[in-house]
Amino acid sequence: MQCQECNHRQATLHFTKIVNAKKTEMHLCEVCAKEKGDELPGSNSYSIHDLLSGLLNLDPSMGAGADYAKHMKQEEVLRCQKCGLFYKDFVKNSRFGCSHCYQAFSANLDPILKRVHGGNHTHTGKIPKRQGGRLKLQKEVLSLKEKMQKHIDNEEFELAADVRDRIRELEETEEKKGDQ
Amino acid sequence: MSLEQFISHAISPWTKDSGPDDDIVMSTRIRLARNLEAFPFPFSSSRDAARALYKHVYEHLSPVTEEQVGELTWLPMEGLSEIEKTVLVEKHLTSPQLISESQQAAVVLNNDETISMMVNEEDHLRIQCLSPGFQLAEGYEAANELDDWIEAHLDYAFDEKKGYLTSCPTNVGTGMRASVMMHLPALVTTQQLNRILPAVSQLGLVVRGIYGEGSEARGNLFQISNQMTLGKSEEDIIDELRGVVLQLIERERTTRQELLKHNQLQLVDQVYRSYGILANSRIIESKEAGRHLSNLRLGIDLDLIHGIEGTILNELMILIQPAFLQQYAEQELSVDGRDERRATLIRERLKLENIQDGGGET
Repeated sequence: MQCQECNHRQATLHFTKIVNAKKTEMHLCEVCAKEKGDELPGSNSYSIHDLLSGLLNLDPSMGAGADYAKHMKQEEVLRCQKCGLFYKDFVKNSRFGCSHCYQAFSANLDPILKRVHGGNHTHTGKIPKRQGGRLKLQKEVLSLKEKMQKHIDNEEFELAADVRDRIRELEETEEKKGDQ
Repeated sequence: MSLEQFISHAISPWTKDSGPDDDIVMSTRIRLARNLEAFPFPFSSSRDAARALYKHVYEHLSPVTEEQVGELTWLPMEGLSEIEKTVLVEKHLTSPQLISESQQAAVVLNNDETISMMVNEEDHLRIQCLSPGFQLAEGYEAANELDDWIEAHLDYAFDEKKGYLTSCPTNVGTGMRASVMMHLPALVTTQQLNRILPAVSQLGLVVRGIYGEGSEARGNLFQISNQMTLGKSEEDIIDELRGVVLQLIERERTTRQELLKHNQLQLVDQVYRSYGILANSRIIESKEAGRHLSNLRLGIDLDLIHGIEGTILNELMILIQPAFLQQYAEQELSVDGRDERRATLIRERLKLENIQDGGGET
């Protein structure tokens, strides 16, 4: 069978998605599958399954066959740049290596969190007092910078200058807070 | 050391205080898991990184004395003997993981031991607030204040969408585990608990024995806590737990009254038999001791036996644990030696009470 993306190489990865009894099939070669990466439906379903079957133990019945082995290879390369933890090791131990891992593995994380936390994946609780203020400020600065860029693009330079002054003001207050 | 001295040393001061609904709820515990942004999580960190984390926390927190926190004692695990470490676990001040698996671990305690903070456990910081009786809201308030105080001095790993980032995905979000220790002898005797527990777990709550995960229920003591930490606010989590605990309290009380109404003689008999065993045995296993202490405590709560402090169950359940017995004996003991020592300790402890017989006469 040929890969349905490039119509050239042999399709080695086969995905079947069944939603509300509607079946969709995908047949891809390894190269195209890699390119598609995370947008591919179910491309990380095996590892989610691993985590959910007791969060620790791999269920071998799911993993039979060559497709699975190839699939696992893709996940093996996923790694946190900060602490160096491989995604597969996170799956194995169900422990993150550092706070950056949450970003590094974010594409695969929400389904896991949903399963563990009764369908929830977003924090709605406490926001730290001091850092929370800083986060809010950083967010505001970021959105102001976007606004400034828009004004520049539209050649509204006076407006852009006003926004720039506001950004400076905010950044100064943050520095002052940091000094305290 | 006299037994009285030893007990006053061994029992956290706050357990002597009474609290709301403490005929059924022994204690309330709020735990917050927190990590610092700049350090790898303890599970994967090197010895040096773990040491650097401890140093960082110590240097930033120990010099700042704050009225609400009071004096803090820093206890690095390296400086403690095996028995001393186990005693901390039996007092619920540290987890078994902290003393067995963690490197550069420490526990920070305040004077009345209502606050305990573990450093370098599964997360960098595990902040615990303990209180007597049923005090979820108050306990959370205390933990929250302590958390604010720490956050003023240390940079937490926090993400707007995922909340407080933790080593294990099961704690992310609020990082909070609220738990309540309940004495439920009537629900156990009437086998109602078996039917209630599955319902409780469907509400996202977990029921465990007294020493946490994997431990069996001793002395009819059960620990009920929230499972989910993400997608709900701390207040909502506490409200939900509170709702379930209130129902269990109500149910336990009603069942106790029913037992009293229909089976008073059997109940009185059971209480005094248990008292007899505790006051006279020369060898006793901790499981058996737990069962009789539970009966005795039920007798005290139902006014069937007089002159014994109600806190005897909480107190003796801790004192009859292996490490405590060995600390009291000031030597390591074999299993047989512990059973003998346990029986002696219970007998001596009961002698300190002013039992008035005849409370159960009908």
